[in-house]
Amino acid sequence: MDIDSVLQTFFAEAEELLVSMETALLRIDDGAKDSETINEIFRAAHTIKGSAGMFGLFEIVGFTHMVENVLDLARDGKLTITDNLLSILLSCRDHIVQLVNNAKQQKKSDATCIEQGELLLNSLRAWLEIKADLNGDNVQKNNNIQKNIATPLDPTSTNDNFEVSGKTQEPAINHDLWYISVRFGTDLLRNGMDPLSIIRFLNTLGEVTKISTMTDNFPTLAEFDPETLYLGFEIILRSDASLEEIENAFMFVREESSIKIIPPRSNILAYVDLINSLPKNSRRLGEILVATNVITTTDLELALDTQKQQAKEQNSIGLLGDILIETQAVSPELINAALDRQKTNQEIRTVQPEQRFIRVEAERLDKLINLIGELVVNRQRVDLLSSKLGNGPLTEAVTSMGNFTEQIRDAALTLRMVAIGDTFLRFKRVVRDTAKELGKEIELEIEGAETELDRSMVEKLNDPLMHIVRNAMDHGIESIAVRRSRKKSDTGVIALKASHKAGNIVIEITDDGGGLDLERIRKKAIANGLLEETTQLSRQELCQLIFHPGLSTAEQVTNLSGRGVGMDVVKRNIESLRGVIEIETELGVGTCITICLPLTLAIIDGFHVAAGNIDFIVPQNTILECVDLASLNHIKEQHYVNLRGEQVPYIRLQELFSLEAQQAVREKLLVVQFGEKRAGIVVDSLFGEIQTVVKPMGPIFQALKGIGGSSLLGTGAVALILDVPQLINVAMNREHIRNTLSIAGMQE
Amino acid sequence: MNMQRKQKKPLLQSVATKQFLTFRIGNENYGLELSQTREIIEYGGITSVPLMPNFLRGVINLRGEVVPVIDLAVRLGRNPIDVQKRTCIIVVELENNEQNHVLGLLADAVSEVIELSDDNIEDAPSFGANIRAEFIQGIAKFDNEFVVLLDANRALSIRELAHLVEAQMQ
Repeated sequence: MDIDSVLQTFFAEAEELLVSMETALLRIDDGAKDSETINEIFRAAHTIKGSAGMFGLFEIVGFTHMVENVLDLARDGKLTITDNLLSILLSCRDHIVQLVNNAKQQKKSDATCIEQGELLLNSLRAWLEIKADLNGDNVQKNNNIQKNIATPLDPTSTNDNFEVSGKTQEPAINHDLWYISVRFGTDLLRNGMDPLSIIRFLNTLGEVTKISTMTDNFPTLAEFDPETLYLGFEIILRSDASLEEIENAFMFVREESSIKIIPPRSNILAYVDLINSLPKNSRRLGEILVATNVITTTDLELALDTQKQQAKEQNSIGLLGDILIETQAVSPELINAALDRQKTNQEIRTVQPEQRFIRVEAERLDKLINLIGELVVNRQRVDLLSSKLGNGPLTEAVTSMGNFTEQIRDAALTLRMVAIGDTFLRFKRVVRDTAKELGKEIELEIEGAETELDRSMVEKLNDPLMHIVRNAMDHGIESIAVRRSRKKSDTGVIALKASHKAGNIVIEITDDGGGLDLERIRKKAIANGLLEETTQLSRQELCQLIFHPGLSTAEQVTNLSGRGVGMDVVKRNIESLRGVIEIETELGVGTCITICLPLTLAIIDGFHVAAGNIDFIVPQNTILECVDLASLNHIKEQHYVNLRGEQVPYIRLQELFSLEAQQAVREKLLVVQFGEKRAGIVVDSLFGEIQTVVKPMGPIFQALKGIGGSSLLGTGAVALILDVPQLINVAMNREHIRNTLSIAGMQE
Repeated sequence: MNMQRKQKKPLLQSVATKQFLTFRIGNENYGLELSQTREIIEYGGITSVPLMPNFLRGVINLRGEVVPVIDLAVRLGRNPIDVQKRTCIIVVELENNEQNHVLGLLADAVSEVIELSDDNIEDAPSFGANIRAEFIQGIAKFDNEFVVLLDANRALSIRELAHLVEAQMQ
C-alpha cells in the first residue's frame, strides 16, 4: 500500500459518494423528505470531509464542513430543505466535485473557483444564521424542559449510562473522554502515510487533550532505521463523535497497525484488557492511565490482581465481565448493555458495503477478459484438431471443456457489466437545470435502470445521450404557451428506457414535444445541396438526415445547441460502438430515438465467410439469412435481387475490395439488416458461426472503411470483421460517384 | 532468436557503441538498431487487408496480437519483395505518442548483429542513396560493404503510414 494508491481510493470513493449525494439531493427534489435520504447526503459529505482531512486536503475539509453543518440541521429537522436551499446544495456538491478534481490533478484552485466557493459558503452561512435566529429561543426552551424533567426524578439514579458505584470516591472514569491506544505498523512511513495527519484529523473530531508518545519499541542507535516507524501513541480525545467516526480516522492504516479505541464511560476492564494486550508496555500504560485520571490506581491494581488470581485458580482467564461483577465495580445489567453495544458495532461493520464489493482496477479486469478471449480462440483451435483426430473420448473431453470455457467467458463478461441506471440518473440533474434555464417544465422518466451493459460502452454513451436529451429539451419540448395551445399538459416528459432485446441493448429516448418537421428537414437538405429536388425518401431516411453534418433546422441557435457534440458525432459515436440509431417522430406528438447496441465490444458472435481468399467475419446480429445467389432472380449488371418479391440491393465483397476472383465458386448471398435498411453481401463461401474476440486493427488502418477490426480464427489465421453499416455506406458513396462521373460523360 | 537477452549482456567497451541488426533487401544491406527489434519470424500466415497501399502487405497473428506487416522495400522506393525461402519478418517495436506500436517488416534475408561505435558511422550522403534522406540514420562500412542504417521512427512513422492509407482510401 503506498500513498498514491490510497489517494486513488479516496478519489474513487469521493466520486462515488458525490454521485450518490447528487442522486439523493434530486430525490428530495422529487419530493422525498424522509430522514434516510437526508442522512445519505449528510453521510456522503461527512465521509468526504473525514477522508480529505486525512490527506491534508484542507480546502475540501473547510468547504465540506460548512455543507455538513447545514445538512446536520436539516437532519435534525431544524431546517427544511426548500427549493432554494436545494439549488445551493447542488451547487455545493458541484463545487466539491471541482475541489476533488483539483486535488486529483494536484493543482491549486484558481481565482474563479475560490470566488465561487466563497459565494457558496456565504449563502450557506446565511442559512445557518436564519436557523440560528429562528431557533435561538427554542434551544433555551428545550434546555429548560430537560431540566424540568430531570429534577423530579430520584437524584441518585442519574440518567447517564452508568456510574461506577461504591468504593471509589471519585468517578473512576472521566466521562466524555475517549481513550485511544495505537501502535502504528512499522512500514507506515515507507507507505507514505504520516501519523501526524491522523492525529491532526482526530483534532478535527474533537480535542486531543493529552497525547503520550510510546517509544518503548525504539531500538538502539545502531539498529535504528530512519524509515521505520517505531512510535506508538496513547491519545485522550474529548469528542462527541461516534466510535465509527473515530475508527474511520484510522481507515487507511487499520490493517497494519494495532488500534484500540475505548469509548467514554467504558468500565475499567476495557483498560485492563488494553494493558494485557500490550504486555511490553503494561507498566507504562498503567502509569499514563492513572496520571490522566482515566482510572485510579486502586481500581487498576484491583482489577489486574483479580484477573491474575483467577487465571491461576481456574487455569483460564476469567471472563472480563465476571471480574467486574466480583469486584462490584459495575452492575451486571450495565455489562450486558456494553456487550450488546459491542455486538451491534460488530454487526454494523459486517454489513458495510466495502466488504461486499471488491474494488478492482479496470485495467486488470480488461486483461483478464482479453486472456479469456484468447482462451475462447484457443478452444476453437483445440476443437478443430480434435474433430480431425476423431478420437471419441478426446472429443467428449474437448466438448465439455468448451462448455466451461463458454461459462467462464460469460461470467467474465458480467464482471465488466454495470447497470445503466447511474448514467440515466445523471440526466435528472441535467434535465432539472436545463429546464430551469429554458423556462420549461420538464420531467424525466426512467425505466429499466437495472439493464446492464459493458462498462466501456457506458462511458462512450454519455456524450451521445447527453446530446440527444439536450436536443429533446431544447428543440423537442415546446414552451408552456405552445403546449397549452396544443392541449398538452404544462410539464413535458422525456423518458429514458433501457432493455435487452435478442442479445442487444435497446435504449429509447422519448419526448412528448413537437416532433421533427420532416418537410422542413427535406427543404433544408435540398437547400444545402444534400438532396435532389426529385428524390423520394422514406420517413426513416428523412429522419436520418438530421445526423448529417451541416444540417440544423433550429431557427435560432440557443446556447444549449452550441454545447457538446453535433448529431453527426452522435451517430458516429454510436456506430463506433457497433450500434444503430433510429428515429420515429410525429409532428406535434413527439419523437423517439432508439439506440441499439451489442452487449459487449470485446467478444462477438460472428459468421465466418470468405471472399477472394480472405477470411471475413460478419457480426451475427446483422444477418437475417443466407441464400445461394444463383437460386435467386437477378440481373448481373444491376446488383439487385428479388427476395420473395422484395428488391434487395447487394454488394460483392470481391468487387468492392478488389480481391482476386475465385474460380468456379457458388456465390452466397448474406442478407443483412441494420436499422431499417436491408442489403445483401455476396461472398464466395460460408463456414458457419464463430465466437470471437475483437482485436483492434491499430492506428495505421484508421482510415479503412468497412472493416471494424480483426479477429483470430481457430487455425491461428487472422480474419477481418466487417462493419456492415459502414460497408453499405462505402458502396453507396462509390455508386454515387460512379453515377455522377458517368453523367458527366467521364470514364472511371 | 531472442535478441533481448543478448542485448542485456554488459558491454565491455565503455565508448558509445550501438548494436544493429543487418538484413538484405534486394542486394542492398540495411541495419536497424537492435534495441528497436523484438524478434525475427519466418514468413507466413499473412492475411492481406483489402484496398491497402502496396507497402502494407497485411496483418499477422503474433501470439494473439494482430500486427501489420510492412514491405520495407516498397517503403524505401524499391520493387516489392518477392517471397522466397529466406524471406522473413522482422518484428520491431516503436514508440509513438508514448504508445508502443508493433510492426512486422518484410526483408529478403536477415544477416547478423553488428556492433558499431559512433566513429564507424558516417552521416547519410546528401544524395546517391536513392532513399529519402530522413529515413537514414547513417551509413556504416562493415566487412567491405556499406550498410544503410535506418531511422526506424521516421521510416516507419505510424502517422505517416496512416496518412498514406487514408490517401489510398480516397
